[in-house]
Amino acid sequence: MNSFSKPAILHFGVLAILIVLFFVLPSYHVGAFSRIMVLAIYAMGFNLLFGYTGLLSLGHAMFFAAGMYGYGLTTNFFGLPLVPAVLVGVLAAAALATFVGYLALRTTGVAFMIVTLMFAQTAYLVIIYFGEFTRGDEGFVVQQAQRNLFGIDLTTETARYFTAFVLFSVCFLALSKLVQMPFGKRLVAIRENEERARMLGYDVATLKLWALIVSGAVSGVAGATYGLLFGYIGASFAAVHYSIFPLLWVLLGGAGTTIGPLIGVIFMFYLIDISSGYTNAYMLIAGLALVLITMFAPHGIVGTLRKRVLSWLP
Amino acid sequence: MEFGPHLMLASLEGAVTSSILVLTAMGLSIVFGVMRVVNVAHGEFFMLGAIFAWAVSTTLGGHPAIGFAAALIIAPIFVGCIAATADRLILRRINYDVDRTIVATIGVLYIIQQSTLMLYGPEARPVEPPFNTRISLPWFEFGENGFEMFWPWGLSITSYKLFVIFAAAFVLFVLWGVLTRTKFGLIMRATQQDRDTAQAFGVPVGKVYSWVFGLGAGLAAFGAVLVVPIQQAHYLMGGDPLLLAFIVVIIGGLGSLPGTVIAALLIGMSDGLISVFFSPTLAKIIATFLVAMVLVFRPQGLMGKN
Repeated sequence: MNSFSKPAILHFGVLAILIVLFFVLPSYHVGAFSRIMVLAIYAMGFNLLFGYTGLLSLGHAMFFAAGMYGYGLTTNFFGLPLVPAVLVGVLAAAALATFVGYLALRTTGVAFMIVTLMFAQTAYLVIIYFGEFTRGDEGFVVQQAQRNLFGIDLTTETARYFTAFVLFSVCFLALSKLVQMPFGKRLVAIRENEERARMLGYDVATLKLWALIVSGAVSGVAGATYGLLFGYIGASFAAVHYSIFPLLWVLLGGAGTTIGPLIGVIFMFYLIDISSGYTNAYMLIAGLALVLITMFAPHGIVGTLRKRVLSWLP
Repeated sequence: MEFGPHLMLASLEGAVTSSILVLTAMGLSIVFGVMRVVNVAHGEFFMLGAIFAWAVSTTLGGHPAIGFAAALIIAPIFVGCIAATADRLILRRINYDVDRTIVATIGVLYIIQQSTLMLYGPEARPVEPPFNTRISLPWFEFGENGFEMFWPWGLSITSYKLFVIFAAAFVLFVLWGVLTRTKFGLIMRATQQDRDTAQAFGVPVGKVYSWVFGLGAGLAAFGAVLVVPIQQAHYLMGGDPLLLAFIVVIIGGLGSLPGTVIAALLIGMSDGLISVFFSPTLAKIIATFLVAMVLVFRPQGLMGKN
């Protein structure tokens, strides 16, 4: 009878709202939401590792940047068409995640955070070092003509919004499904008690590596999409800030929840958007937000909701 | 004969880098060792030290040495107090939980950085060194005409840079004395060994934590005051020392003080050598990558315990 569970209704409801928003929001906010959805993909990728597996990476910007540069460099230098170029970006991120995971997952806890941070910094410096191709900090622009999917110009507002929407929906539904599957449950088991998970016979090392690969690949999707939809590729996206942002979004929205990352991105985006009307030191707002969240709302918005009222929230 | 003198100069430059690095990394290492807190805001305390050094030396005026000497004392104390306040206000309330302290200190990083930008501005400002005579380096070689000394040779280092090396060594010596010979050091090591037992024996653990956090930040600030006459004070200058200090602390073995010193020398020297002979960016890439390699072969670091 009741074929749709509450979480499924919630997830499709969120997607329905995002479609409606396109028709009711003024132009500026439609643009904002295209960006928000792409960044939410990144946040969801981060959330799989941090929220569900309990591994805090401080170097996710390297996966975002791998997706972005994988797409941007192949499309610019080899003239690869859009779809293969985006795929190259995603594969680059997944390959990097495999390599980094193989090395970094030998460590745990604090060392893992620092090691991922180091790898990301190496990646950032490599981008700067090969400035001849990557144009370093200055970055480069992907031409409008190259951002064309089967004759649809992805630079128009509508196409941009719905490309972001489709990719967001795919990642959102896939990740929500993934964390409900045995694979996701095992990741949560690792988060809750790694020793016990190992004792129960799960191959913890392999599971963690897969979590990192999927997380890196999804972050790569976000990076490639960002480059594709907004046409700019620069080293600043590989810098430490871009590793901290997803942490901020996920913590704010609620780590280990399916809709938390999206809520966190929306909240932070508008917080910074509105505050930048008063001050240009928006990082001060971000910093205060981080401190206040850790002190007073360690579960984030959705996490607190789940704890207090809606215990069914996925 | 071309290579030797350059190598010597590069090693001296490396020793200067090592000196600053050893102070910064020591602060990070002590805080981690005693409190189990990874202080991501450490680089910003370094930056604050440099900014205060500029502020103190420009307010005092007079001979550069007066301002510099005052900064050397005032800046670390100021920064230490700010850090201790942050510990009381934030870290203590989240109970030094590992993940949450990292996030909170990232927040502190941005708050300090942006506040500095708003109050101090985006410019890089110099601090005049107290003394800065150029000292030509002699070079000895056993050549055709027997033992020869070449001097002056064209390569030189400033007296200030030599002072930095000695000042860092001196501070390190004092720190070692404090940790091994004083009651504060004893209490600190007791807290490090076993927090609960120490508390049961009447050690005011909360106070010790604030002191240690302040001491760690103060060490970074001291290193920064030493560095401003060489490198100007800027609100974004905390990033590089933070990363290098992280590298040093990991390679040395988390929380191991002798390991920290050895690793700082290693990283500082190699940074100096590679920067002189290749490029600074490449030096950083190699240093960062070195961490990964150390972790592959020795996950616990050079001197860490398993």
